[in-house]
Amino acid sequence: MASVVPLKEKKLLEVKLGELPSWILMRDFTPSGIAGAFQRGYYRYYNKYVNVKKGSIAGLSMVLAAYVFLNYCRSYKELKHERLRKYH
Amino acid sequence: MNENLFTSFITPVILGLPLVTLIVLFPSLLFPTSNRLVSNRFVTLQQWMLQLVSKQMMSIHNSKGQTWTLMLMSLILFIGSTNLLGLLPHSFTPTTQLSMNLGMAIPLWAGAVITGLRNKTKASLAHFLPQGTPTPLIPMLVIIETISLFIQPMALAVRLTANITAGHLLIHLIGGATLALMSISTTTALITFTILILLTILEFAVAMIQAYVFTLLVSLYLHDNT
Repeated sequence: MASVVPLKEKKLLEVKLGELPSWILMRDFTPSGIAGAFQRGYYRYYNKYVNVKKGSIAGLSMVLAAYVFLNYCRSYKELKHERLRKYH
Repeated sequence: MNENLFTSFITPVILGLPLVTLIVLFPSLLFPTSNRLVSNRFVTLQQWMLQLVSKQMMSIHNSKGQTWTLMLMSLILFIGSTNLLGLLPHSFTPTTQLSMNLGMAIPLWAGAVITGLRNKTKASLAHFLPQGTPTPLIPMLVIIETISLFIQPMALAVRLTANITAGHLLIHLIGGATLALMSISTTTALITFTILILLTILEFAVAMIQAYVFTLLVSLYLHDNT
């Protein structure tokens, strides 16, 4: 059964599992493509949580929580020596 | 407590790539711009705060000094936000690095002094001698004023570095002490924990005050020289 919509223009949730590798390879990995991806992601978050009529503290706190988590991942190597274990 | 107390101050590098660039650029994500007259709450709050600070800080300058408004406002925002983000657990504070603070202090101070020397040469050189000094003291006083002038950028940078680093170190030490005391004597641990809470409140204040002081001093050097 041939797809009616070409593979390139489908969204991720509409791609069949067998077509997934070719879909990923068809994405735009040029620098401007990656910059576009970051920009789209940023505006998606911004317009959903911050740029609303009654924005709450949650929009900012989720960003800060993600920042804390990323810093924890970055310093895990030093932090794992501080666990309370008999053998490190 | 770390094996080495200073591991939290080393520049973050991942696989040899400078992650510190991303960390320095991160506060800019928290200050969105908006072209609208009535924007969302977040942007409105920031605009209100910025207006308050800029009015308070730039009102003493003449029109030539007020051309520095953008520079000084971005400076106070950057230092304030970087210091406050450094209070989050596990995060890296770029302003603890002397190299970065020197990089901020020296160009700004030099810009202010050179502006004064170029445009108002006599008046800016006259700053070296306070009014009403007895004549025999003049040579010594000029030397002292010159030294105090050249120490200004060093003092700016070292003040910021030392304050923030010392605060972070104290938090690490007292936090470690609280954890260690928990198994020995709970009351002492509670007292230490109260000290930790007070210290954290102090650190929040210090974070913002240091930003303010840095910017205020640069603006004062500017005022002398415009």
